[in-house]
Amino acid sequence: MEDLRFQHRVRARAGGTRRSAIVGVVASGNLEVLVERILPDAECAVDIKTAAIGFGEVWTAVIGDFVERYSPGGLKFSINDGGARPDTVSLRLAQAVRLIAENGQ
Amino acid sequence: MTAPLKDITPAERARSTSFYEASARTRLELLLDAGSLIEFIGPEQREVSPHLKIFDLPEQFDDGIVVGRGRLDGSPVFAAAQEGRFMGGAFGEVHGAKLTGLLRAARQIGSIPVLILFDTGGVRLQEANAGELAIAEIMRAVMEARSAGVKVIGLIGGRSGCYGGGGLIAGCCSALAVSEPGRIAVSGPEVIETNRGVEEFDSRDRALVWRTMGGKHRRLLGAADVFADDNVQDFREAALELLGLVGPFGLDALKAEQERLADRLRRFGACSDAVDIWTTEGIAHAETVPELPADQFIALADRIGRTSRDAR
Repeated sequence: MEDLRFQHRVRARAGGTRRSAIVGVVASGNLEVLVERILPDAECAVDIKTAAIGFGEVWTAVIGDFVERYSPGGLKFSINDGGARPDTVSLRLAQAVRLIAENGQ
Repeated sequence: MTAPLKDITPAERARSTSFYEASARTRLELLLDAGSLIEFIGPEQREVSPHLKIFDLPEQFDDGIVVGRGRLDGSPVFAAAQEGRFMGGAFGEVHGAKLTGLLRAARQIGSIPVLILFDTGGVRLQEANAGELAIAEIMRAVMEARSAGVKVIGLIGGRSGCYGGGGLIAGCCSALAVSEPGRIAVSGPEVIETNRGVEEFDSRDRALVWRTMGGKHRRLLGAADVFADDNVQDFREAALELLGLVGPFGLDALKAEQERLADRLRRFGACSDAVDIWTTEGIAHAETVPELPADQFIALADRIGRTSRDAR
């Protein structure tokens, strides 16, 4: 297992009022993303535990692209990864932002 | 163009969602009344397995099971759903403890039924002793809950089926609903082949696996009470039907179940294949049963009738 951590300054706060949301499953080629609204509005953090060791550069690119695209301010993402491909990671992150952008608990 | 999601009623969404394909969380959200699910020990509490990191294996924040309370047609229920894609839905220490706790809460309250959405290969081998203990604790908790008057309904239709200790727990439930892809057994196909040889059971013969352990056979044999089509709405309706059917539980019910099983063994003990059993049950052209669409199969199963005096 390898642990990675990314912290970004972001332009804007993520929409919605939900406190947390979860998408995905930890399985081969898949991952789960738990997202929580617990950070200051201009910050975003991504904590990753991955079964695939040595892909730090790919993660840096995928997370950088995601933060640039969605500006997920105030959100902390916690990922358990079962060796998902970069496109699957991007999809799950987008789903997590979409889900927490809903209103409610 | 398809209708926007908000215009689709929850029942329509549940009807068009495959139970087999859906995640544990989606199954529960669509099975229970819309928006009623309140999860206990949710993923944000990170109550993960204490064993997996020793094996350098990834954890899941809910340890592969969602437990909580909600409403079914307005009435309160407890519910648990296993995630069959995370480690084959297998029982580990935390996973098992969450289900045990839910059943004990139900026993204490006494009047709120429990729905268990099984999707499991059995005990998680990396947590062998803790997992085996969890199975025993859950079986005891099911029987204690039932003794206190709680109905415990098992719903089986996931990709991992219901195997190993999961099969034992299912056997303790008040009633079961199963779909065609749902399988119920204790030893799985590979386990039987490994231990008894390929002549005994060829695990690569998918037709053999399905007609021996699949939902249709389990329904015809009386091991499952209701056959559901593979969508969440059908399982919701099956759960409601079973909650209405389950009778009182006690020594008399257990004696009747023992008698039913002894009678089943007398009638079918000499059969070497599921098709022989169906033929003995009086089904014409029994060899066509695996190909029957769900609605035709349900009509056939209704003609055969349902086991009436069993313990579950």
